[in-house]
Amino acid sequence: MHGLILRTFQVFVQDTYGPEAWLDISGRANLEIVDFEAMLIYPPETYDAVITASEDVMHKPRDVFLEDVGTYLVSHPNSEGLRRLLRFGGVDYIDFMHSLDDLPDRARLVVADLNLPSLEMHDDGQNQYRLLVGPGLPGFGHVMVGVLRAIADDYGALVLLDSRAETAAEVQVVEISLFETAFAEGREFDLAGRTPLRGGAG
Amino acid sequence: MTLPEEAMHALLPMHAVLSPLGCIRQAGPTLHKLSDTPLEGACFLEQFEVYRPRLIRSMAALLEAQGRKLSLRVRGTDMELKGTVVGTGDGGAVVNLSFGIAVVDAVRRYRLTSTDFASTDLSIEMLWLMEAKALAINASRSLNTRLQDAMILAEERAFTDTLTGLKNRRALDGHLDKLIRQRQAFSLMHLDLDLFKQVNDTHGHAAGDHVLRQAARVMLEETRKDDLVARVGGDEFIIVFANLTSPARLAELAVHLIKRIEEPVTYDDAVCRISASIGITICMGEEVTPASVVERADEALYASKRAGRARYSFYAEGDPEVPKAIGEKK
Repeated sequence: MHGLILRTFQVFVQDTYGPEAWLDISGRANLEIVDFEAMLIYPPETYDAVITASEDVMHKPRDVFLEDVGTYLVSHPNSEGLRRLLRFGGVDYIDFMHSLDDLPDRARLVVADLNLPSLEMHDDGQNQYRLLVGPGLPGFGHVMVGVLRAIADDYGALVLLDSRAETAAEVQVVEISLFETAFAEGREFDLAGRTPLRGGAG
Repeated sequence: MTLPEEAMHALLPMHAVLSPLGCIRQAGPTLHKLSDTPLEGACFLEQFEVYRPRLIRSMAALLEAQGRKLSLRVRGTDMELKGTVVGTGDGGAVVNLSFGIAVVDAVRRYRLTSTDFASTDLSIEMLWLMEAKALAINASRSLNTRLQDAMILAEERAFTDTLTGLKNRRALDGHLDKLIRQRQAFSLMHLDLDLFKQVNDTHGHAAGDHVLRQAARVMLEETRKDDLVARVGGDEFIIVFANLTSPARLAELAVHLIKRIEEPVTYDDAVCRISASIGITICMGEEVTPASVVERADEALYASKRAGRARYSFYAEGDPEVPKAIGEKK
């Protein structure tokens, strides 16, 4: 399991619930170490161990936990770097949605051994979209729900999201109803941001 | 023949259509952002300096540069651009420009947004890649820093004797290797505690450990900061003095060490008394190995021991000298 993913869980918990909460989780998950290194690889079972321990400590179902992680990645000041990278995806929400197909490849371009599930955005017409999330990282679809919801705020778009699992094929489907691309004033995005010192995922 | 103006703006937001006289007839929306004054009607070469493949001063020269990669500068600034020129057949030309590698700078300077670039332009991808790489490199660098700290700590531990805090055999070997490789002059003192076994047997290991730590402290106090003091066995120590080869000074040091180690040490209610025997060898930068140097000091040490302990002696080839008891003058 890539350290970048595990470290994301860690900083999400630390930034949202405080360092004590993370100590609880790392203890309950039986981790050898308290701090994950973003650029190291850990045993595959660590992923599930961390999520399960978080469910217990936070008293939250994993779907909600993962969705909150997705929201955090876009909206928390500590992950401004990642939000910027996502905002490069397009000038409006529609552009952004279509840029998601490239996301796993883009991630690999920078961190060669980071394998994210495949993403496929389908435009079904009448402002209905479907995001198919491929297998490889159980629950990644929920993270994407959080990302899609938070980035909609970022663009000022109004959307309704619904996710369901197609267990047979291990493909998760996120359904997106786009009501308005410019519903509210979005957050500013300046192409020439200062080089971020700390990325949320890093 | 040129495309309709709107099409040109969409496809090439940094183009300029030039008249046969070199005046800008039409300029793309992004190119406009580079100039404070209106570009239409202005002379292209007065707005932009073409300095490569050669300095270009006329429309004719510009047309001759067709097919070449042009390097330009926005006049009055250090903003560099890349460009291509194509003749339109009527004596005029179309110039298309781009920021090249200076795109980061340009985006900041002219407050450009995604819509200022054609969607086929890879500039946005380049900006993305630069930011993403900066994030990844930061993450890698912070990992490297932490690993470096951990490595220094681990090395420090690997070279330290945990009981006394002195250096250990591994540290000694490394130090000797270095001195010998650099052909430095140095002396080596092999020190063995006398009566230590009796302390252990009579007062227990805790008292023995205390005595060892006390002896270690004495050795550190009596030596210079750059000397190396190592514990190389239960009650055996080696001290290396770089650039100290005076027998008189070494004899004086040996006497001091023995006297101070002989000072009684109290542990709980027990008073522990030990002494020390010392063998010394001096290397003047000759060809030796770490093992042979230690062996010489060993030989001198056992001469001291045989002569009745609490003595020091110098190694001398062939004819070992008589060990000196610490009361005697050399």
